[in-house]
Amino acid sequence: MIRLERVTRIHNEGRPNAVTAVDDVSLELPDRRVTVLRGPSGSGKTTLLTLVGCLARPTRGRIWLDDELISALPERFMTEVRRRTFGFIFQRFNLVRGVSALENVMLPAYPAGEPHAALKARAQALLERFHLRDRMHEKAELLSGGEAQRVAIARALINDPAWIIADEPTASLDTSLVERFLAEVRDLAKAGKSIIITSHDPRVWQADVVDRIVTMQDGRIVSVEDVGKAPAAAAGREGSPP
Amino acid sequence: MRRWLGRQLHLVDFTLGALMRRKGRNFMLLTVYTLVIFMLASVMFLGSALRHEAATALKGAPEVTVQNMVMGRHALSPPEWVERLSRIRGARNVHGRLWGYFYDQANGANYTLMVPPPHARDIAVREGETVIGASVARLREVHRTGYLFLLSPAGKLFRLKVARTLPHRSELLSADLVLLSEKDFRTFFNLKPRDGFTDIALAVRNSNEVPTVVNKITRILPGARVITREDVLRTYENVFSWREGIVLAMLAAALVAFAIFAFDKASGLSAEERREIGILKAVGWETSDIIAMKLWEGGIVSAFALVFGVAAAYAHVFLLDAGLLAPVLKGWAVLYPDFSLTPVIDRMQLLTLAFVTVVPFTVATLVPVWKAAITDPDIVMR
Ligand SMILES: Nc1ncnc2c1ncn2[C@@H]1O[C@H](COP(=O)(O)OP(=O)(O)OP(=O)(O)O)[C@@H](O)[C@H]1O
Ligand SMILES: [Mg+2]
Repeated sequence: MIRLERVTRIHNEGRPNAVTAVDDVSLELPDRRVTVLRGPSGSGKTTLLTLVGCLARPTRGRIWLDDELISALPERFMTEVRRRTFGFIFQRFNLVRGVSALENVMLPAYPAGEPHAALKARAQALLERFHLRDRMHEKAELLSGGEAQRVAIARALINDPAWIIADEPTASLDTSLVERFLAEVRDLAKAGKSIIITSHDPRVWQADVVDRIVTMQDGRIVSVEDVGKAPAAAAGREGSPP
Repeated sequence: MRRWLGRQLHLVDFTLGALMRRKGRNFMLLTVYTLVIFMLASVMFLGSALRHEAATALKGAPEVTVQNMVMGRHALSPPEWVERLSRIRGARNVHGRLWGYFYDQANGANYTLMVPPPHARDIAVREGETVIGASVARLREVHRTGYLFLLSPAGKLFRLKVARTLPHRSELLSADLVLLSEKDFRTFFNLKPRDGFTDIALAVRNSNEVPTVVNKITRILPGARVITREDVLRTYENVFSWREGIVLAMLAAALVAFAIFAFDKASGLSAEERREIGILKAVGWETSDIIAMKLWEGGIVSAFALVFGVAAAYAHVFLLDAGLLAPVLKGWAVLYPDFSLTPVIDRMQLLTLAFVTVVPFTVATLVPVWKAAITDPDIVMR
């Protein structure tokens, strides 16, 4: 479980262009559930994800991963937690250009120093699972949108993280690809991953895999709804009611 | 340890790919870098080869040479001087030397004609025969006839059987040599025995006594010029150092330009590269991994530049006789026919070379890389 306690994130703090993107948020994200963050553009969804995923530190407040206070870790350990715990699917996929699909999938595992052959075999297996066997030697920028997204998912899974974090994963996909993405989320949820997705897309928050919908506005949480058929036992109500 | 190694292997692998991806820019950089190293290494190689030539030549030179001076000009030394100098305590092996220059009009080259010293058994020459240096042999194509033909100053044609060619140990001083017997030498230049010698050479039993011996000589022969081996060595050193200094100063300027270029290249970390670093950090690379990757990148480029630059310089100096630098560094030797240099490589110099190029390059690239590497990984979410 990830727990946020009165977390605030101010961009450009102390400068005239300071923006409070996340404002005094307390929230619990249960394990093995699919949580969707929704809200208007600029409401702070992406910023919240960077805090949860250890990509940035809160300006104030604390974040726990299980019993570990991750918001106060020194840089190196924070990176280690990030590598161990989180797999990211970025909005624009963020594959490294000029590098093959296969190597893109392998990249997050390089710092662990696993022997090349073993790592390559794992990456290949992942790509096969996402039906990319024929495309794995293709350069990232030559992949279609759907292919790039599946490579991004494979890359998010290479270190076998407990948490998957996806920022607007369906923004550039047409309906059939959205269906396909949701099917993959379903598989990951079944495999026991904890998943957080930000989305504007009704097709995502209306999907049956979603267990919990968190709505944000102006950096604050305005509602938390449990919608899954099997509501998370630990799920209470956080944030301010609508 | 294994983990560390595996990690470095991955980083090298990724870096090689990254270098290939930015081929155009890296090729430019490699070219400039290689050129700088090539020039520096060329000067170093040529400098040390010339020093080596000089040192080898001097090893065989007598410790003290005495020349007769007439009106401030070098003149023949009377034969009785040998007798008078032999009486100095501490002087050994006093002998008159016969040598002179001969200008070969057809080839535009100067030869040194010389009678081998009496104690040098290995290069002793019989009457009617000659032992010659490699360049002379080359220029006169003696392998065809086995004879060396020389037109004496008096206009008489000399025919000498070439007994052998001198080995290559040091080509600077041996390349232009023509060794003759004393009788042939005197006939060639029309010198009678009572005319004396070109100069007189002697050895000193104990090198600490050289100043004392020089003193005694000046007392006995006040008009003579006394030259010690140390004097000659110093002259050589001065000439080399001065010329090398100029070239090195010019190269230092090139080096500064190179450092600026490298800095520019590195600080101009493209948006693409910055984004790439952001992605790598976001997916779990540490700042130290990014730095290590950039160090590998610098190391690989440097290693290539060093290998190519040094190899090209070696070929330039020792195979092509330093064609680009010879006019500056070899100026004093233009009177000699062409000679090729004996390859001499000083490990310390190579290390210095690596140090003065790789370190500034690395420092220049590391600073901006550090800046990029510590950027927050959340930029990839924007
Ligand atoms: N790095 C940054 N520097 C300055 N301001 C930022 C930065 N990132 C986000 N912001 C600002 O913080 C606020 C929240 O942005 P954020 O990207 O978190 O919103 P979002 O809900 O993800 O929006 P969208 O739906 O458009 O992706 C916005 O006003 C945005 O302009
Ligand atoms: Mg966003």
